[in-house]
Amino acid sequence: MVIKFHYCLLCVVDDMLELYDGDLKVEKITNAWYDKYRLSNYGAIITFVGVVRDEDGIEGLSFDIYEPILKAWFDKWQEKANKNNAVVLMAHSRGDVLNHKSSYIAAVCSPKRRVALETIDEFVEDFKANAPIWKYDIINSKRVYAEDRSTKIQGAGLLK
Amino acid sequence: MVKVEFLGPIGKEPIEVDIKNLEELSTILKEDSTLIPWLENSAIAINDMIVGDKNQVLHDGDKISLLPPVCGG
Repeated sequence: MVIKFHYCLLCVVDDMLELYDGDLKVEKITNAWYDKYRLSNYGAIITFVGVVRDEDGIEGLSFDIYEPILKAWFDKWQEKANKNNAVVLMAHSRGDVLNHKSSYIAAVCSPKRRVALETIDEFVEDFKANAPIWKYDIINSKRVYAEDRSTKIQGAGLLK
Repeated sequence: MVKVEFLGPIGKEPIEVDIKNLEELSTILKEDSTLIPWLENSAIAINDMIVGDKNQVLHDGDKISLLPPVCGG
């Protein structure tokens, strides 16, 4: 595991999964990925940038992350991508992210475009459904759990 | 003892309980009425692995996590 310190309160986790306190510095993160992976002979690099929308009177969003299971989830995706000679990359925010800032970036690098296009779609959808991250609306500077937009993890309700 | 942690919006401090399986944990947690809605919608992890079997045997030192519905991005 490599621990890196960026100027914006970085965090960990490894070369391909980066967690930050606060909003993501999109240009810095995506430029770094581009500069690194274009030199690895990947012919297709697809980046998805999630931006917080100004809607329903929120000031922004806030996030909690459970890192051990996020890392395990991400490692499975990396393994799956590697079987197609591709790699997946991801950055996500912890804590508060105000409207019109980015909280989430996903990318796929692949020798061929078809694998990259299909993988980014599946990767982002599975992320929404299963990555252990909890979202809150920021309303009047307070965090309100976004329950109506959240999805039960597969197997939920075991203790009911 | 088994440590139980409540992740994300559940907002409760971790507890330690003397149990042998998840069925026993379910019985204990149902005594707290504020937890009942979370029991219905949370996934369960043992030592950071999400599980689907309520009868799985627990060992001293195991960590159980309750994971409520998620929404990253």
